[in-house]
Amino acid sequence: MNLNLSFNDNVLSVILLSLEISTTAIIIGILIGIPIGALLALTRFPGKRWIVALVYTCMGLPPVLIGVIIYLMLSRYGPLGSLEWLFSPQAMMMAQSILVTPIILGLTMSAVQAKEKLYTEALKSLGATPWQAAWTIIKEARKGIFAGLGTAFGRAISEVGAVMLVGGNIEGHTRVMTTAIILETRMGNYPTALTIGFVLLAISFILNSFLVMGIIGNLREERNYW
Amino acid sequence: MKRISFYIFSLFLLLGLLIGCSSAPKADKAAQDTSKPAAQATDSKDKEITLATTTSTQDSGLLDYMVPIFEKQTGIKVKVVAVGTGQAIKIGQDGNADVLLVHARSQEDKFVQDGYGVDAYDVMYNQFYLVGPEKDPAGVKNVKTAAEALKLISDKKSTFISRGDESGTHTKEKSIWKAVGINPEGEWYVKAGQGMGATLQMADEKGGYTLTDEATFLSHKGKLGLQVVLQGDPLLFNPYGIMKVKSTKKSDSADQLIHFFVDENGQKLISEFGKDKYGKGLFVPSAKKR
Repeated sequence: MNLNLSFNDNVLSVILLSLEISTTAIIIGILIGIPIGALLALTRFPGKRWIVALVYTCMGLPPVLIGVIIYLMLSRYGPLGSLEWLFSPQAMMMAQSILVTPIILGLTMSAVQAKEKLYTEALKSLGATPWQAAWTIIKEARKGIFAGLGTAFGRAISEVGAVMLVGGNIEGHTRVMTTAIILETRMGNYPTALTIGFVLLAISFILNSFLVMGIIGNLREERNYW
Repeated sequence: MKRISFYIFSLFLLLGLLIGCSSAPKADKAAQDTSKPAAQATDSKDKEITLATTTSTQDSGLLDYMVPIFEKQTGIKVKVVAVGTGQAIKIGQDGNADVLLVHARSQEDKFVQDGYGVDAYDVMYNQFYLVGPEKDPAGVKNVKTAAEALKLISDKKSTFISRGDESGTHTKEKSIWKAVGINPEGEWYVKAGQGMGATLQMADEKGGYTLTDEATFLSHKGKLGLQVVLQGDPLLFNPYGIMKVKSTKKSDSADQLIHFFVDENGQKLISEFGKDKYGKGLFVPSAKKR
């Protein structure tokens, strides 16, 4: 089986679209998730427990459920039907943003919380203002936050149910790696399906290497601290 | 060394015993249940065969209606793998199925010619419909043939949703484009790469035209704003074929399944299927040896 044979321009555009959609979703997730996550970690207010519980629940939202809800909202007869976003890359970005934002938010929150316990007292005794203290803690938590971003990206790019529903797997328009794998398998083009699968695996591997390095780095740092 | 081979031997013995125990009662039961041809199947392994077929036969409910009757008559269990025609044929080529029931005549003929299939029969046919939005922006309702209709759609650049998945329906659609001499391309021609149900929904959402098999369209009718804009062109007939995979090791059971579909009785069952629900049969029987 010659895998190079099936690696043509079409496959390349599918890979690029996958990366584009998931990266956009991650950026949206960063803009929303990191500030709110840090805020939740650093502040105390009544009812916070409930919000935290809600965030953790949303971290495990089934992607296909997100897909159905977005589909119904963007459908011609739905509340956002006038946008005409159904079966477009925008719809897929929307679905993936909803998928990754709680993950980034939740993991930022736990990373910042872990550092907060370590540093707050020391920072206070050194005379830092609350803003300076918050900024330092967030900076210290960056490895945990990056690990969260890696996890979120892995979830987004390997997700298939939601993007199939709201994107529609249209050739040259909304076909991404995961939906292409399903189609190629259904058509019996196993080599192409496998090629795309390997690319997906490679991307996931690279991301997870960063993730693992981050975790190891974190552990080492804590050991030094003690 | 001796001990190891003793253990391995006893392991196999145990496995054999387990398999023997679990399959034997089933065979007895089947023999009791059925009055006649259960004895025709040669051994118990032969009692389970795989039928690779297209999603349309499963989605329309035809197989859920036919297969249990066959299983009851013969005691042979049928595992149905419902996929796109392209994959069904591939599964047959790889020897992962015993019988194929598909609808893409050119691919079927190639399958037999290449020596992968034998005993091919026509089984039945249904119709394809050209469906579109009620407003009919391309004016397809004014013409009588599929060729004229597709030409109008491409001239007006009205949205057309193609299955784009090498399924039987997609193969049929491509053959009509070829007959008109148009190579559909551009913004208006959308290759969905999905099943018939999802493609119909997409056509509904986008206000486009699409080619659909009768059974899937009828079963989705209440949920869609689409209308039939063209039917009755002989070009839109959708013949299904059944054939045996040459490499099958369960030739007897495979023959029985094929004969069940093409014999008088099976043909009668096919003609009656769907009458109560849709007022007319979803498939027209047309058994003929090729």
